[in-house]
Amino acid sequence: MKAIHKLIEKTRPHFEKGGRFEKLNRTFDAFETFLAVKGDVTKKGSHIRDAIDMKRTMFHVVIAMIPVLLFGMWNVGYQHYAAIGLEVDFMDQFVFGLLKVLPLIVISYVSGLVVEFIFATIRNHEVNEGFLVSGLLIPLIIPVTTPLWMVAVATIFAVIIGKEVFGGTGMNVLNPALLARAFLFFAYPSYLSGEVWIYTGLQQGQQLVDGFSGATPLAVLATGDIQNLPSVFEMFLGTIPGSIGETSTIAVLLGALVLIATGVGSFRIMISVVAGGLFTGFLFNLFAVNPYMEIPPYYHLVMGGFAFGAVFMATDPVTATQTGSGKYIYGFLIGVITLLIRVLNPAYPEGMMLAILLMNVFAPLIDHYVVQAHIKKRLKRLQNAQVETR
Amino acid sequence: MSKVIKIKRGLNIPLIGDAEKILQTPPRSAEYAIKPTDFHGLVPKMLVEEGTQVKAGSPLFFDKYNEDVVVTSPVSGTYTRLVRGAKRRIMEVRLVPDQENAYIDFGAESPTEQSRDQIIKKLLKSGLWPYILQRPYSVIANQNQKPRSIFISAFSTVPVAPDMDFVVNGQEEMFQTGLDVLGRLTDDAVHLSIHADETTSKAYTEAKGVEIHSFRGPHPAGNIGIQIHHIEPINKGEVVWYLGVQGVIAIGRLFANGIYDANKIVAHTGSEVLNPRYYRVLNGANITSFTEKNIRKEKDVTPRFISGDVLSGEQIRPDGFIGFYDDQLTVIPEGDKPELLGWLIPSLNKYSVSRTFFSFMMPWKQYRLNTNIRSGERPFVITGLYEKYLPMDIFPMQLIKSVMINDIDMMEKLGIYEVAPEDFALCEFVCPSKIEMQSIIRQGLDVMQKEFS
Repeated sequence: MKAIHKLIEKTRPHFEKGGRFEKLNRTFDAFETFLAVKGDVTKKGSHIRDAIDMKRTMFHVVIAMIPVLLFGMWNVGYQHYAAIGLEVDFMDQFVFGLLKVLPLIVISYVSGLVVEFIFATIRNHEVNEGFLVSGLLIPLIIPVTTPLWMVAVATIFAVIIGKEVFGGTGMNVLNPALLARAFLFFAYPSYLSGEVWIYTGLQQGQQLVDGFSGATPLAVLATGDIQNLPSVFEMFLGTIPGSIGETSTIAVLLGALVLIATGVGSFRIMISVVAGGLFTGFLFNLFAVNPYMEIPPYYHLVMGGFAFGAVFMATDPVTATQTGSGKYIYGFLIGVITLLIRVLNPAYPEGMMLAILLMNVFAPLIDHYVVQAHIKKRLKRLQNAQVETR
Repeated sequence: MSKVIKIKRGLNIPLIGDAEKILQTPPRSAEYAIKPTDFHGLVPKMLVEEGTQVKAGSPLFFDKYNEDVVVTSPVSGTYTRLVRGAKRRIMEVRLVPDQENAYIDFGAESPTEQSRDQIIKKLLKSGLWPYILQRPYSVIANQNQKPRSIFISAFSTVPVAPDMDFVVNGQEEMFQTGLDVLGRLTDDAVHLSIHADETTSKAYTEAKGVEIHSFRGPHPAGNIGIQIHHIEPINKGEVVWYLGVQGVIAIGRLFANGIYDANKIVAHTGSEVLNPRYYRVLNGANITSFTEKNIRKEKDVTPRFISGDVLSGEQIRPDGFIGFYDDQLTVIPEGDKPELLGWLIPSLNKYSVSRTFFSFMMPWKQYRLNTNIRSGERPFVITGLYEKYLPMDIFPMQLIKSVMINDIDMMEKLGIYEVAPEDFALCEFVCPSKIEMQSIIRQGLDVMQKEFS
């Protein structure tokens, strides 16, 4: 304990004004605050402060993502061995997935944080913690087969264009992680559609099992091949092809539990995304003209990235609406638009990403109207008061 | 009386160090000080020269921008010196008391026989006027305006708050006289807010000539701003006046006895106080007269002295002076020690409303909170949090943002006239981005006041 404090104190002068690494002051500060909460005390305003800080808040989102991360790793291995028809035990499946997923996580964190540190140094502000979450979200929402360089390019693009140009964490309009995903989706479409969801990586003597398709449930549905849809239980459990973190609804629910219990994630948004999805699903059932529109609405909740998006993506407090009632509208519309894209748009099988990005753009507008309604209510009070005094 | 206004949103911060209901009178301080900085917006112009003999009630300085507002000496003795701060700003007007206890005689009069103008003149002359504050802007009331109504809060909900029932004990008559005086200042009502369950003193529950409102709920239910909002909210163009219980008592004494009797009761609270108690002192007293030998001594722990409460009070030196408006002197430990991986460890000794610490499972626990800020300032990230700690029909985050961008029109629409910095203290406390909301609100109020004066 003391040794670390001593080390920090010993290193500090090099990074302070006039020191050798003066320019890296912000980098030093980021590492210092990561190692230890500084002895900084309140100067004005409230003398005592809640023990929470941004690091802890973001860290709890990371904790909430651990179930999906672990499940995703295992599923990568599981799908791989199933595709080549090999029966191996649980640990082998997990380790295989771990080795495939870990590089993606490392690349995402390193490339994103380097950009963050550079901008913090140029702009001379403290390094913000937002990327702790984005850095893990990015690998979770891409196929395991995405090349590493592509992850790096997408992450750097997302952090610069999605966040830093607007002023950094807290100022961004679009969810950076989803922007990275969208960037990949539109810049390298061939790597993000088709049979990319399962790492096959055939070695000598291995071959794919007969009837292997590797298509996600949504892709299956888009082709109208309803018979080959995995069972609801499989989809709920998550033993299906898909992006690394999105497949298991049950793991997502565990994460949701953490977010709601700690009060870090917005329950309002989660519940209204689900409501919007179910509502649109029922509407489709009523006016069904094809088999896709006939599937039970709750199928949509367990397929693709719906659950993951509702819990981890839509709830990003910076890019979501900021007003209480705005959150219901925002969430509900995400649910609606997701299903519209999924079912009615033949071009994209999955709609969650685009729905959230679209609503990110509209969030300030929703907030504007909620605030205007609030102002109107207040004005009415003023008018009533004036009438009374007359 | 029958209707209880329930405040649902808010938070009682479980701090150690409630004052025991024992009243002591410490020996007279060796020095007293009036701090012009206690009166927000007042620019002091001295009326006396160093070395002048003063009596209790002798004018010391007046406000450059409202010359009728004078601040008087709480004690008889000698005005010894000025203490100046940065840019030669006057920080303290120091007084050394004598043994005589001489008072200036303002004349005992029954408030009912006096006109409104006479009463105002007397309050101004005696230096008691600054006790009366106004909203909007949360500054000393403008004597030339007529307030819509006057508000008094008879209970406090801040952490380790003084018990106002105990404070008024024995001074019930003076309190009532003070209320009578205030009743003459407005055509509308004087509103007295009490706690539905905890207020038992008859000085409040049976106060005459006032409208009594009872409240129930967590902090900030005791804040005057919250009470005004729920009784009769301030609209654009309206002015209301408000003051604390001890201000009312001082005004009562002025009319009953004809003198400025600056006695007040201060609750000495906080986790670092060995025997938290109440002390009767003169306003502006040096705190060493009652803090000496009463502060916990521990290796590596520096105490912080706060005149006022931990949320909105002002830090003073260990040998500082009690603030003009403060009923409380709180002492808590400084949090100036770094803590290894402090943001990560699931500690039981830290308090948070976020449920990210295990301490949320022990709602009965009381805390010895320190002044560590825990993080550097960040932009707004978390939403939907601040609304839970501001029980008003106001969007806190949007209002703060409108102040940040200096949007006068928006500030007005979002309700800047109704708020004071102290109302945002809880929002500031819970803020994970550590944004200085009270300063921001004060800045917004200053901008508005400048714009409309």
